[in-house]
Amino acid sequence: MSETTMTEERITDPYSIPLDGDFHVARGSLFQDNVHEAWFERLRTEAPVHYCENSEFGAYWSVSKYEDIMFVDKNHDLFSSEPAITIMDMQEDFPLPMFIAMDQPKHDVQRATVSPAVQPVNLAKMEGLIRERIGTILDGLPIGEEFDWVDRVSIELTTQMLATLFDFPFEERRKLTRWSDVATSSPGDNTVESEDARRAELYECVEYFTRLWHERVGKPGTDLISMLANAESTKDLVNNPAEYLGNLILLIVGGNDTTRNSISGGVLALNQFPAEYDKLRQDHSLIRTLVPEIIRWQTPLTHMRRVATQDTEVGGKLIKKGDKVVMWYVSGNRDETVIDRPKELVIDRKKPREHLSFGFGIHRCMGNRLAEMQLRVTWEEIMKRFEFVEVVGEPVRTLHTLIKGYTELPVVLHSKK
Amino acid sequence: MAEIIFIHHSGEKSVVEASDGMSVMNAAVDNGVAGIDADCGGECSCATCHVLVDEGWLSKVGSISTQEENMLDLNPDRQSNSRLSCQIAVTDELDGIVINLPEFQY
Repeated sequence: MSETTMTEERITDPYSIPLDGDFHVARGSLFQDNVHEAWFERLRTEAPVHYCENSEFGAYWSVSKYEDIMFVDKNHDLFSSEPAITIMDMQEDFPLPMFIAMDQPKHDVQRATVSPAVQPVNLAKMEGLIRERIGTILDGLPIGEEFDWVDRVSIELTTQMLATLFDFPFEERRKLTRWSDVATSSPGDNTVESEDARRAELYECVEYFTRLWHERVGKPGTDLISMLANAESTKDLVNNPAEYLGNLILLIVGGNDTTRNSISGGVLALNQFPAEYDKLRQDHSLIRTLVPEIIRWQTPLTHMRRVATQDTEVGGKLIKKGDKVVMWYVSGNRDETVIDRPKELVIDRKKPREHLSFGFGIHRCMGNRLAEMQLRVTWEEIMKRFEFVEVVGEPVRTLHTLIKGYTELPVVLHSKK
Repeated sequence: MAEIIFIHHSGEKSVVEASDGMSVMNAAVDNGVAGIDADCGGECSCATCHVLVDEGWLSKVGSISTQEENMLDLNPDRQSNSRLSCQIAVTDELDGIVINLPEFQY
């Protein structure tokens, strides 16, 4: 798993180099430096379906326009999700199968087992508890004093939510945060020392969850582990630790990093577009459209990748069987031919849900309604309490090709007058 | 032209006029009928325009494609009369059709 390192020379201007087979956008540094938008703008304008021949991930196609991305995403027969759904390939000596990276029919069976946990009717039952927990977190924050929103709010809130979904021992919930960070880390990025250390922590994760599994076998429950342990189609999953771990990571990362970064991203966006923040202050009912707009604006996962199962033409280019195809959601969500004023946060858009952040087709985000509910309740509770969540310094962004987020966001809270 | 009767989960009715060739989803969205999200805009790729077709009308709304089948299958709330409204084309034959809206979209 090779991630962009700090020592690499950072090219920031996409127009300073030729748009050829070396034009390589899958670099964490572009997102960390927040310069990626111009790179994708160049791709959308000059080479909407572009072949990068040389990268640490091998050759890959970049699909950067909304409609081409939709085409790839919905045609799961032409574009396989196996063996992996991110540009990084699975490590051969440490494979982690997970249902998002499976094709039909196995994908459908495993997804169907866990999806009821996050279906809207069950989420509605959890809303009161979530609101209470969010309220407690917000009430514990200092007023008029600088603190890190990422740690105190975004991480804490999504971790509590995840602990609730897994029915994970509440006092130990930061283990979930740690495992989420470790799973998406690579040696030398300040999270883990070495690949061995990374794997050791992930083994610890699967051991912990194996214990929870055995405690819950035969006792029907509505948490994700009980559901997996007691469903006919997944009851043997625990005997395959790699696959169990793979699916745990999917649920932990999927339910954690994405929402975490959207919670931070919303605060940043409203600070960058103060007129929109004013609109929201005047009319809290706009939270309904604010939430999908934040998810579009942030695009917490930059891309998903597929492998062509046969020669297929996309946007006038011939993609060959076996080629790696990267759908850049982060670019499609800025496609000016589909979205009006795409760079701006506009909290009262007519069609705010028309965005690519959840993907489309059979692999569409299973937890999309959970994410929206968490964001909605969070903003409802923020607006009740605070006049202004003011960003008072530069955010620190995540160094990653997949996860677009923040590691720090300094804020000061202003209470309602 | 066809008159489409949407029945919301609350029991409330919305009646809209739809022209031939448009989808039932568009008929709802264009007329501001709440309860249908249609995130993908009619690509049969999100399953957020889920409706329950009144049993008496099921035989008139056409068959379910593989793609629609795949998407409907994602929804744990799928019923025997579940359809994606973007995949039902309006025809004169559907005049008076009763479409029930689910409590939640997937």
